[in-house]
Amino acid sequence: MSSMTPTKGKEQPGLRYPSNGKTIYHRPLNRSKTSELSQASFAYLFSEMVQYASKRIESIQDLEKRLNTQGHPIGLKLLDLLLHREPARTQTRPLTIITLLHLIKQQLWTHLFGRAADGLEKSSDPARPDEYMIIDNEPLVNRYISVPRDMSQLNCAAFVAGIIEGVCDGSAFPARVTAHSVGKQQAAPAADGGEDSGEGKEMWPGRTVFLVKFAPEVLERESFLGKG
Amino acid sequence: MGGRAVIALLIINKAGGLIYNRTFGEGLNQLNSNDYLVLAGTFHGVHAITARLNPLREHQAAHYYAQQQQYQHSASGSLGGASSSGGGGGGGSQGGPLPSRPEPPSGLEVMETENFRLQCFNTQTGTKFLLFTDTMQANVDVAMRKVYELYADYVMKNPFYQLEMPVRCDMFDRKLNSYIREINNSR
Repeated sequence: MSSMTPTKGKEQPGLRYPSNGKTIYHRPLNRSKTSELSQASFAYLFSEMVQYASKRIESIQDLEKRLNTQGHPIGLKLLDLLLHREPARTQTRPLTIITLLHLIKQQLWTHLFGRAADGLEKSSDPARPDEYMIIDNEPLVNRYISVPRDMSQLNCAAFVAGIIEGVCDGSAFPARVTAHSVGKQQAAPAADGGEDSGEGKEMWPGRTVFLVKFAPEVLERESFLGKG
Repeated sequence: MGGRAVIALLIINKAGGLIYNRTFGEGLNQLNSNDYLVLAGTFHGVHAITARLNPLREHQAAHYYAQQQQYQHSASGSLGGASSSGGGGGGGSQGGPLPSRPEPPSGLEVMETENFRLQCFNTQTGTKFLLFTDTMQANVDVAMRKVYELYADYVMKNPFYQLEMPVRCDMFDRKLNSYIREINNSR
């Protein structure tokens, strides 16, 4: 029926097709009901990814950078998919910082983790108007990970930070996104997210803040748009 | 001892080294760390000996292999000298009743003393979990299962854990602690 159906699948060495010829490209893009994956297999895959990324690194920042790089293309691609799945009227890409962050908090988080993020805050420091925080009390990627003491600044959710960065970059809001643990340590760098981040410390030991720092030109454009 | 149900957990790797050691509740006399290592090594040796101590199992195994030989022989005879290399498992199915395959000897599983009960669980890969409980504690199997599950989740899925090395995973400690506390408080 379809001209794309591969008939000589066995002769091509690199690609393998399912026996009924239906590849992932034959599936409708909008179907999201049955797309859940096993958490155990993801945990093993992610564990291998972290081990791969920690080969021959010079510093913790190096490792986080690599995880970030692994996540970035996923974010770029997910942006297209998520916008496609939106109802036709709202299928435009986000135009302001707030709508972009809402897309990340709601759609992106629900697509990846099956629930919305736990919080979205703007930096309370007036000197840093370009910083926003997305808060997740229990990141799914860190579910089974215990970071050793000598690497205590590491947060493997840097991978998720990379995905967020991909979404921001893809929608023309260039940003740097980093992941910080605020569960137990008192001093999380630059994550002074107001009073309420203190109360969850005991209850959510894995609490993670994704610090989104937009590029100066984004803010410039935002203020320009706000006036008009 | 009071009403302490689960007293201690040791995990021994397949080479007999102690990779995890934890006691639950206060007021227990602690061994020094060297003694723990010796205890683990000794238990590993004793376990290996007990796995070979059971004459009945040996007898069954010998019987089983004799049966296998017989089946293979008859199979190759009827097929006119066809190769019997695949006859290990499938060969027996065509010639009469299935020979019962004996379980491999499991070695020491439970040891009971006046003061405590020691349950040993040997995984497929040779890691041993030793759970020291009160003699009155019921459902140790369930607790053992859960401990193994926690180990599989929070130790084996942790990218920073190196196989056969001492377990230092905060998350495992935390989950194990809350599970054991739950058991010990429910009595």
